[in-house]
Amino acid sequence: MNSAFLQDALIYLAAAVVFVPIARKLGMGAVLGYLIGGIIIGPFFLGFIGQEGKDIMYFAEFGVVMMLFLIGLEMEPAIFWRMRRLILGAGMLQMGATTLLCFTALSMIGFTWPAALACGLALSMSSTAIVMQTLKEKGLTKTEAGRSSFAVLLFQDIAVIPILAFLPLLAITGVKPPSDGPASLMAGLSGWTQTLALLVAVNAVVLVGRFVFVPFLRFIARIRLRELFTAAALLIVIGTAYLMMLVGLSPALGTFLAGVVLATSEFRHELESDIEPFKGILLGLFFIAVGASINFKLIFDHPLQVAALVCGVIVIKSAVLYATGKVSRLSLDQNMIFTLGLGQVGEFAFVLFAFIAQLQILSSQWTDMMMGATAISMTITPLLLLMNERLILPRFGTKEAVREKEADSIEGGHPVIIAGFGHFGSTIGRFLRANGVDATILDNDSDRVDVLRKMGFTVFYGDATRPDILRSAGAESAKILIAAIDSPEINFDLIEKTKKEFPSLRVMVRAKSRLDAYELFDMGIDDVYRESLDTSVRLGVDVLCKLGFRKYAATRAGQNFIRYDEAALRTLAAHRHDQASYIFNTREQIELQEQLLTIDRETVHNVHDDAWDSEKREE
Amino acid sequence: MNKVLILFAHPRFEKSKTNQALLCGIDQIDGVTLNDLYEQYPDFNIDVEREKELLLTHEVIIWHYPLYMYSAPAMLKQWMDWVLEYGWAHGSGGNALKDKIVFNALTAGGARESYAAGQHNRFSIREFLIPFEQTGALCKMIYLPPFVVHGTHMLTHQQLAQQVALYHELLRRLASGAFSIEPIRQYDYLNDWLLTGQGQAKR
Repeated sequence: MNSAFLQDALIYLAAAVVFVPIARKLGMGAVLGYLIGGIIIGPFFLGFIGQEGKDIMYFAEFGVVMMLFLIGLEMEPAIFWRMRRLILGAGMLQMGATTLLCFTALSMIGFTWPAALACGLALSMSSTAIVMQTLKEKGLTKTEAGRSSFAVLLFQDIAVIPILAFLPLLAITGVKPPSDGPASLMAGLSGWTQTLALLVAVNAVVLVGRFVFVPFLRFIARIRLRELFTAAALLIVIGTAYLMMLVGLSPALGTFLAGVVLATSEFRHELESDIEPFKGILLGLFFIAVGASINFKLIFDHPLQVAALVCGVIVIKSAVLYATGKVSRLSLDQNMIFTLGLGQVGEFAFVLFAFIAQLQILSSQWTDMMMGATAISMTITPLLLLMNERLILPRFGTKEAVREKEADSIEGGHPVIIAGFGHFGSTIGRFLRANGVDATILDNDSDRVDVLRKMGFTVFYGDATRPDILRSAGAESAKILIAAIDSPEINFDLIEKTKKEFPSLRVMVRAKSRLDAYELFDMGIDDVYRESLDTSVRLGVDVLCKLGFRKYAATRAGQNFIRYDEAALRTLAAHRHDQASYIFNTREQIELQEQLLTIDRETVHNVHDDAWDSEKREE
Repeated sequence: MNKVLILFAHPRFEKSKTNQALLCGIDQIDGVTLNDLYEQYPDFNIDVEREKELLLTHEVIIWHYPLYMYSAPAMLKQWMDWVLEYGWAHGSGGNALKDKIVFNALTAGGARESYAAGQHNRFSIREFLIPFEQTGALCKMIYLPPFVVHGTHMLTHQQLAQQVALYHELLRRLASGAFSIEPIRQYDYLNDWLLTGQGQAKR
């Protein structure tokens, strides 16, 4: 390990640790934080890193590689099949139309047709990394816009494979085979052979994945060393990536395929949780690298050209996306999220442009320009989404609510605010309404907001973690805030902010698991409701009844169990901090189960039910 | 000094003016614990250990409830069935409650006169309370006459205030421990004992 490596690592990590929290504080999201961090430490500002961004990018592309592996892992055939129409329909429409329009526009400014076509294909890509990350942060993945975005992105990610195979064909007219670039076994082969080689490589990954990886993982799993499994997971990802690079194919695609192949294996979740942290860090690095690689010299030399390019691309892409959204029948505000979210050019464009330059389809000057435009567009989209969320959506999303609000504030607002109106929150809301208690609802799924408005609920569209939205929902006068958001992270965020901004508001919280409940106790929340407790016990009670228990005895046993379990939860929560070492999440879960089962065995619950018990008297 | 435990069972407490008045300000009296059973166990699932612990730490136990169909609301019966265990409260070795004082404090819609042979309710309150009296005896407890507020629907403001004052006086006296049991037993109601104590005529 040389000092240069340490120095690089130091700079990157410091940039992440400094800029991401600042961005989050400003409500901008982590992606933008990484990008800005990259720009600042990049060669054109502070100059801490790389003379040119490309060598950094080369390293950081690994984040994308891992992300695609994870996306691949999530691509269960069943999910794919269920979404097939959306993926194929919206995906094809978006890519086809964008490519066509870009092709036309670029041809008009004098590109040769292969160059225009290649660039059109590259520009039609959107950034899976940025969009998925942003949607996840904002808790929008399950909305219509989220689903459509995922479908289109997935189609693009898959489409990269045939495009990479197709690009060498365009280069035939250019005659010269690529001479530089990573040492490729195929350098010097003609276009047709290269295409053939790529197809062979793709098939090889699928076959190896099925018949080598799975048995290999089974073997490793049997050794029962957690870190060895992590190592094996990394080995698969890196090995696949290396193999792909050897044959001159994008490593990201190789690992995506490997992921898809492993999606049906029993190791899916294990692999996911092992790779996830690496992905997170490396993806952050990737965004930093994107920021750092923006060639500001070029931009300053040709500012108008670059600006026109960026605007042109974003306008074309957005127009096509908007039309796609319309065809997929997204409502207006969902469509805005979809349109602006996918409006940038994605990380695969870097891969494609690099390949295009290698094949000498496009001049290096233009390639640099295109890459610059790509990076800028990636930096702009989080901003666009932010503007959309702050300025545009509230305008038509909350217009009605603002009027209702005025009426409300006269009566002093509703006593209860429900944040998150999914399956959990909606049950609470219905129950309260059935008992004549009005609640103000906050939700960030605009389709749901629409429906609820029509049903006469007081609903606010928006991110509940924003104090101003909370305030406009009446957090200052309400008595109780119910935090019922699906994502624990967002829920925690909401609670923290509420405790700070509205200390007198009582917070009652939905907890996903025991561990979440612990966190909540630590945050000083007393009213914690585990969604997995009552229902499970009720099912258990019904099992007892079906096995012949009298219903009253079974019900009582169930009630006692819940009481006991909640007491145990609090006891264990207090002891949790005794354990000095940091334990991985999953392992902590298992240890928890073990502790619980031990206490269960020691305490026989219904031992005190001596009343009405004639056995004793018969002694 | 005695510690007094009120086992209060009222399924519609929010609608009961009389009982709200009776219990209002009770936390100001030293040594009195209010155990609001319907509030504590909305699911009827009584925590037997908790209840036993409470019983052990108090010397005077009051079953306080509105008279429902000539008996106590279901919760109080549930409490008696679960908490007064064989081998603990009664039966061999069941001496936990031995010599503790117990009595009923109840509110009834009908007038006192209607609870008599030949009248509308045909039996006296004391007759209706026989199961409680015997439960007390079974648990080797000292059973006192009941405290009864009659005609709850017809009480004037003033009459209600008088009954409330009487009940609070009763609690204070029981808590102080400055009374002897035998003389009390001759009264029909504890109300009567209190009134004579105040120099007023016994009924």
